[in-house]
Amino acid sequence: MTRIGIVAEPAGENRVAVSPATAARIITLGYTVSVERGAGAASSFPDDAYAAAGATLVDRGTAWAADVVLAITPPAPADIARLRAGATFVGLLSPALRPELLEQLAARGVTALALDAVPRISRAQSMDVLSSMANIAGYRAVVEAANEFGRFFTGQVTAAGKVPPAKVLVAGAGVAGLAAIGAASSLGAIVRATDPRPEVADQVRSIGGQYLEVVVPEEQKEVSADGYAKATSEAYDRRARELYSEQAADVDIIITTALIPGRPAPRLITAADVAAMRPGSVVVDMAAAQGGNVEGSVAGERVVTANGVVILGYTDLAGRLPQQASQLYGTNLLNLLTLVTPGKEGVLALDLDDVVQRAVVVARDGEVTWPPPPVQVSAAPAAASASAGPAAPAGPARRRLSTRAQTGLATAGIAVLFLVCAFAPPPLPQHFLVLTLSVVVGFSVIGKVAHALHTPLMSVTNAISGIIVIGAMLQLTSDQLIVQLLAAVAALVASINIFGGFAVTRRMLAMFRRGDAS
Amino acid sequence: MTAGFWTDAALASTVADAAYIVAALLFILSLAGLSAHETARRGVAFGIAGMAIALASTVWVVAATGSLVPQGGFGLTLLAVAVLAGGAIGLWRARVVEMTGMPELIALLHSFVGLAAVLVGWNGHLAASELSGSLRDIHHAEVFIGVFIGGVTFTGSIVAFLKLSARIGSRPLMLPGKNALNIAALVLFVALTVWYVLVPGLGLLVAVTALALLLGWHLVASIGGGDMPVVVSMLNSYSGWAAAAAGFLLNNDLLIVTGALVGSSGAYLSYIMCRAMNRSFLSVIAGGFGIEAPRAGEEEQGEHRETDAASVATLLASASSVVITPGYGMAVAQAQYPVAKLAERLRARGVRVRFGIHPVAGRLPGHMNVLLAEAKVPYDIVLEMDEINDDLAATDVVLVIGANDTVNPAAAEDPGSPIAGMPVLRVWEAANVIVFKRSMASGYAGVQNPLFFRENTQMLFGDAKERVEDILRAL
Repeated sequence: MTRIGIVAEPAGENRVAVSPATAARIITLGYTVSVERGAGAASSFPDDAYAAAGATLVDRGTAWAADVVLAITPPAPADIARLRAGATFVGLLSPALRPELLEQLAARGVTALALDAVPRISRAQSMDVLSSMANIAGYRAVVEAANEFGRFFTGQVTAAGKVPPAKVLVAGAGVAGLAAIGAASSLGAIVRATDPRPEVADQVRSIGGQYLEVVVPEEQKEVSADGYAKATSEAYDRRARELYSEQAADVDIIITTALIPGRPAPRLITAADVAAMRPGSVVVDMAAAQGGNVEGSVAGERVVTANGVVILGYTDLAGRLPQQASQLYGTNLLNLLTLVTPGKEGVLALDLDDVVQRAVVVARDGEVTWPPPPVQVSAAPAAASASAGPAAPAGPARRRLSTRAQTGLATAGIAVLFLVCAFAPPPLPQHFLVLTLSVVVGFSVIGKVAHALHTPLMSVTNAISGIIVIGAMLQLTSDQLIVQLLAAVAALVASINIFGGFAVTRRMLAMFRRGDAS
Repeated sequence: MTAGFWTDAALASTVADAAYIVAALLFILSLAGLSAHETARRGVAFGIAGMAIALASTVWVVAATGSLVPQGGFGLTLLAVAVLAGGAIGLWRARVVEMTGMPELIALLHSFVGLAAVLVGWNGHLAASELSGSLRDIHHAEVFIGVFIGGVTFTGSIVAFLKLSARIGSRPLMLPGKNALNIAALVLFVALTVWYVLVPGLGLLVAVTALALLLGWHLVASIGGGDMPVVVSMLNSYSGWAAAAAGFLLNNDLLIVTGALVGSSGAYLSYIMCRAMNRSFLSVIAGGFGIEAPRAGEEEQGEHRETDAASVATLLASASSVVITPGYGMAVAQAQYPVAKLAERLRARGVRVRFGIHPVAGRLPGHMNVLLAEAKVPYDIVLEMDEINDDLAATDVVLVIGANDTVNPAAAEDPGSPIAGMPVLRVWEAANVIVFKRSMASGYAGVQNPLFFRENTQMLFGDAKERVEDILRAL
């Protein structure tokens, strides 16, 4: 039976890969679970809780020597040495940034699964640890900023005077950015957000933010094809810099979340921008670990500038909510394990034809398998505009005859009508006249009907088509009994129609009512 | 003099001709009135007045001519019995029908017009005709045309009624070479008509009646349940043409006017429906839709996310604008009352609630509007697709209640989809979409709906009525 080891994270990392609740569910997949003693301590998960969940508590060496090792941070060289050849390691590996780490794992014969390489497709969303952690980090960034900020977020009018609301700028409206916008706006601040992808504007608005668009007239706006932001163009960058400078002078708090996968973080806020901010303002640089969006931020540090602006470069924002983060990380991990344990009998079976599994596996059989073949996904607006092209011309072409064919048909119809009326004896021509005019009247009268009234209209036309009762009535005085009887049946059913149709229409119309003026 | 006045057949029929003109005018005003909410009730009043005038004057004609012939008394008795019994049945059905059962009732009523047209046509054959020469031939052709249209309307409406009331399956019937069958039936009809004009015989009349009944049955049986709004309005049109044909037969202009009005308005409604589905009218009435085989290998669409009533309640409580898009499922679950209550409750909290109605939602044109009106939803918050579509992107929550194909993004985004190009409610542009559904089964069109797998979509499974009531409790 496959043994899963859950290891304690290095100092400074408060999270743990698996919470006791998640451990219990991993066991139901058929695995045995060993947890390193004290692994959950920093997340307030005592060892007893793991034992109660059915896991065994082991020392560090035993945990690392398991068949499958679950962790958060990448393994240190000493830990790689503890891994068995042929074992599987699951954690955050930043494969694009740390190729040497993948080499070491591959050399060790370890199958490495990078949870941060889960593709951004709907099916894999339940394993997307970057999203779940970014959500927490975005929230925490606001809490950290509020902690440093010397004022309320919300505006108030009190007996002691009027308090203006704080103004918050969030750069980047990805998962973290949106979480930050939501948290800041629910604290009552005025929140503005920037993002190179104009399609996120609605998302920003939906959680209470105001979207600041970088208007670049001569530039074709790019729409993201893989769900992540891309590097931007020159003209765009210039306008964006101006925008950030304007905003820096105005806002109290800046939270930057701009990250481009596999690249250093883009520099959004310059030292000059920071210098233009009021004393007591706070900047949270959520990209500090990847080089920082803000000039002067230091990864993992709190920096105070000469003009009294606090720059927070914390890299462990998600870890500062360790219980929540461990729970969500563990759930992502569990979902991945469920995917790779199709039989639920404790056997890890990787299927490299599955795009999700292929993307996650970054080292296998002594080889580095990163990067995976590209997966084109999600990004609704681009797909919609691309596919609307071919669909649009197909629609009308199928539905409508050409103008010439229409004219031809109309001419033919009129000619037939003419011939019939020219040669038919009376009273046929008069009947056709009446028929033709009635058809025209019918079309023009119905043309403007409100959609909501289609059903009443139909039941009224149904009632008046019961007028055929007149024909039946006139036949009732026939001298043949059979004709009289048939006519009586016809009159009966047509009467049902007339009375039923009108009555049901009146009933329906009585229900339609206008709402009050508000 | 009084007795003479009332039994003066010539006078009666002159007065009746004048009355018919008035009645025809009132019918036109009636239809015109029905095109707007404000004038709709007046329109019905016009229609009833026109019908009363037409019936009263006809009764007088029958009474006057009946007084001249020995069997007149019996005929008048039959008339009184038929009209009173028919009227009573009609009023009774109209009072007890559930609003969700409207489509069935209307389909059934159409079949009555068809039946009446067949019977009137038969009488045209059976009653001794004093015509001669070409007029007699024309009369025979009119009998045939009347019986044919009436027969098609009759069985077509019966099949539609059976499908709508779920007494038979709504899947389209697929006979091999069905288009050829339909065309063959039409050719045979023309041939029989020519034959009958040359040599009138009861056998031919029976044959054409049987042919018409079979054709009507086949036409509607091969149309799927999802196209029912088109079928019902098409049958409405047919019933009008049947009345018009009877008018030709009986030399009665009122029947022609009324029949043509109904026929053309029904045809136009069908056309509107077809346009709303981006479907060719011909292919719908020939049962063309659904023939395209579903695309090979229903590829995996991904995972759907499930939610519960309490979360939806929380979401709704914090939303500032909500759009509800109901479909046939709401009618099936009889959920219109709780839905209306939900809308009312949210409106009381200051949430902007509106309804978005797709033109072909339900099984009858305007079906959803009637249901919502029944549940006392004010009609000014019930909007058409075109009115609401541009607002959906700015909407916080969309509740999709029992709708599927009408909110399918594949129609807009997947050119290979069988419903490609059909205008749909773009609910997926909203921040959150809650789909009320009994299971993950596909809609009538048999097309999988990618909406369910969108990131902003959550599924609320179960009976729509119960779920909405759960939400009301949670609020």
